[in-house]
Amino acid sequence: MFINNDVTKATTMQERHVVQPHEAGHPIILSTEDLHVFYGKKEALFEGDLQFGSNQITALIGPSGSGKSTYLRSLNRMNDRIATVTGKIMYRGVDINQPGIDVYEMRRRVGMVFQRPNPFAKSIYDNIAFALRLRGTTDKYALDEVVETSLKQAALWDQVKDDLNKSALALSGGQAQRLCIARAIAVKPDILLLDEPASALDPVSTSQLEDTLLDLKQHYTIIIVTHNMQQAARISEYTAFFNQGRVLEYDTTSQIFTNPQVQVTSDYVSGNFG
Amino acid sequence: MNSKRQNKIAIGALYGIAGLVVLILLALLGYILASGVPQLSWHFLTAPAKAFLKGGGVGVQLFNSFYLLILAMAISFPIALGAAIYLYEYARDNWVTTTIRTAIEILSSLPSVVVGLFGFLFFVVKLRLGFSILSGAFALTFFNLPLLTRSIEDSLRTINLEQREGGLALGLSRWETVTRVILPAAVPSILTGVILSAGRVFGEAAALIYTAGQSAPALNFADWNPFNISSPLNPMRPAETLAVHIWKINSEGIMPDAKAISSGSSAVLIIAILLFNFTARYVGKRLYKRLTSA
Amino acid sequence: MKTKTTQQLEQQLKRHSKAAKLEIWGRTVSLTALLLIVAVVVAIIGFVASKGIATFTSNHVNLWDFLTGKSWNPNITDANGKPEVGALPMIVGSFLITILSAIVATPFAIGTAVFMNEISPNKGAKILQPVTELLVGIPSVVYGFIGLSVVVPTTRAIFGGSGFGILSGTCVLFVMILPTVTSMSADALKSVPRYYREASLALGATQWQTIYKVVLRAATPGLMTAVVFGMARAFGEALAVQMVIGNAALMPNSLVSPSSTLTSVLTTGIGNTVMGSLQNNALWSLALVLLLMSLVFNLIIRLIGRKGRLQ
Repeated sequence: MFINNDVTKATTMQERHVVQPHEAGHPIILSTEDLHVFYGKKEALFEGDLQFGSNQITALIGPSGSGKSTYLRSLNRMNDRIATVTGKIMYRGVDINQPGIDVYEMRRRVGMVFQRPNPFAKSIYDNIAFALRLRGTTDKYALDEVVETSLKQAALWDQVKDDLNKSALALSGGQAQRLCIARAIAVKPDILLLDEPASALDPVSTSQLEDTLLDLKQHYTIIIVTHNMQQAARISEYTAFFNQGRVLEYDTTSQIFTNPQVQVTSDYVSGNFG
Repeated sequence: MNSKRQNKIAIGALYGIAGLVVLILLALLGYILASGVPQLSWHFLTAPAKAFLKGGGVGVQLFNSFYLLILAMAISFPIALGAAIYLYEYARDNWVTTTIRTAIEILSSLPSVVVGLFGFLFFVVKLRLGFSILSGAFALTFFNLPLLTRSIEDSLRTINLEQREGGLALGLSRWETVTRVILPAAVPSILTGVILSAGRVFGEAAALIYTAGQSAPALNFADWNPFNISSPLNPMRPAETLAVHIWKINSEGIMPDAKAISSGSSAVLIIAILLFNFTARYVGKRLYKRLTSA
Repeated sequence: MKTKTTQQLEQQLKRHSKAAKLEIWGRTVSLTALLLIVAVVVAIIGFVASKGIATFTSNHVNLWDFLTGKSWNPNITDANGKPEVGALPMIVGSFLITILSAIVATPFAIGTAVFMNEISPNKGAKILQPVTELLVGIPSVVYGFIGLSVVVPTTRAIFGGSGFGILSGTCVLFVMILPTVTSMSADALKSVPRYYREASLALGATQWQTIYKVVLRAATPGLMTAVVFGMARAFGEALAVQMVIGNAALMPNSLVSPSSTLTSVLTTGIGNTVMGSLQNNALWSLALVLLLMSLVFNLIIRLIGRKGRLQ
């Protein structure tokens, strides 16, 4: 089957189109060079050379199985036990994918929030104070303050301030996901990775979550994997389009959605497949 | 309409079988309780046994059973917990792990008399611990380890992968995630498993007759110094448990009221195990509720 | 050229954190616990095997004579000056009692499991399941005691003789393994997907046809595992059997004459012999047979499991 709607346009389309944010003069906080991911012998990510501007939101989009989540999870080495990741992940000039790196220290700077809200079976307060206590913060006032600011940043404070000692498992899906964001930012990371954080949420919670992310941008660099193209368009500065384990297009979000340079991207963002 | 008739007959037969099985099982429970409960009295539960005369109690045996249970649990729980954590949280899916799993499965399928004989050979004879609480506790530990390990591993399995990732993403090590996030969440189910396995250990006899021994020297319940020979806490004294007592008096039969004592002891065993079961269910549910409720 | 802040950051990121130290510690501790269990298994098998083969290596008993000899009397030497250590009576006793109890228990157990799962799940969950689960935990000495006070007198009244023997042993083991086999069978049936049943019923099959032709077929590996598991338990049970079998090391010539099993001879004998003597070594050889049989049961369960997965 041959689609011949606009032959001239198709020929001007490119195979691959990447514009990194530093070309627009934006400071770079994280970048990957020649990143490959293998599950056993099977290669899941062939190439992922991306740069991320600091205090920006970057969206990773693409069909299921395109490698976007694999890429994201490699950034703070959550794939360590599952997959082999080769290449460099440069965080503020340091390759965090090299052997001597302490992954635990690194993950405190590169935090992550997951697809399904995963609050611990503890109180709301303890969920947030937990990681700090483990690292030696015992001062009650300091903890109280972190809990409050984290919850405020995650826009959850007003809803739970009177119930801090209640079990976090009793929260609704949207609230639980905010709690997970609050928990992640309580350790004061630099970068926040979000793996389809809104896919388990209803539309209202989703829109609240997006507002929260836009606020968080002042303090954190955010990289978000999403299935929802409107979401990517609404909140991100840059968007990377993944397909079949490759980054096919990377550019400013407005470019990707209004003037894609790669045919597959164009098909995807216009809803022709995926 | 042949198949319809066949269906009716078959289902009727199944009702019959199920009814019969319930009848047998209830008769069993009923018999133990009906013949045993009338024997129970404060005297029976606390007095020492008498070898040739009527009217002895099972006080010492009852104490021994609990003491051995606690010791065996205290030894086996940390080992089983560690092993389960390694197996579920660390071990990779390769032939070494498979071999280790097989070894644990073999241990769980060994007849308890074989475990007891090994305990006799190793602890009683080789290490010269003699017939003692300590030898018995080790034998019970071996008997208990594989099942407890599996039950804890199953408990760990009930906690989502997401919980582990949540811990790791905060910069916690796997070990911290397991001990601070996963274990607390798994406590209700682990505890249920521990109590159920306690029931099994409590009623075990074959592993004990040649390790903890078949005699119950009188104890001085005022002396709690574990180094004194008549102290209940002395781990080097021989200690016949309730289950061993039932076997012993029935195979030797020199006690005039052996049957009454056995009935009473059986009832005590069954009631204890019923209690273990109910506590396990109750505690598990209660803790789970407390963990998840607002 | 790295800037100073980059170098600082690299240093911070390469520092061996508390988490990393805890990780090594935790890994080591938990691995030690696991290896301890493995060591126990190896030690048990090693010790019992080394004691068990002493009969053949240091006492020079012929293995074949041991396995097929019909007379067990380690204190006496026969006409050729060889000790009488024929274990066949016990081996036959153990197998007989195991197979018979499994044959009786299987239809009851599977029937009950089918009832619990297919016909009346409501009553099953409310009455049968808790009752069977409770009974799985009843100590074997209690089964032995009931056997002694109920089954043996009944057998005596019906068949005469002492009442001790294979029949009484079978009855006791039947009741003892029934809850275990039932609850494992129920689990096997539970794992058959619901749509199997729905598809069959939708084709116009009766409930019994569905159970017999679809559900039981699909659950066969699981049901077999349950039965073999019950057999392994019966084969290894010591005290309950020892209490009702009569403990005469003779070839069983009827179901109601006193006989013995591997476990019963071990239970009564090991305390009455001197370590290292032939009498004692011969008993350890019986223990070895017991151990090997439990390995065989284990293997069978594994093979069934593997076959079940392949289907």
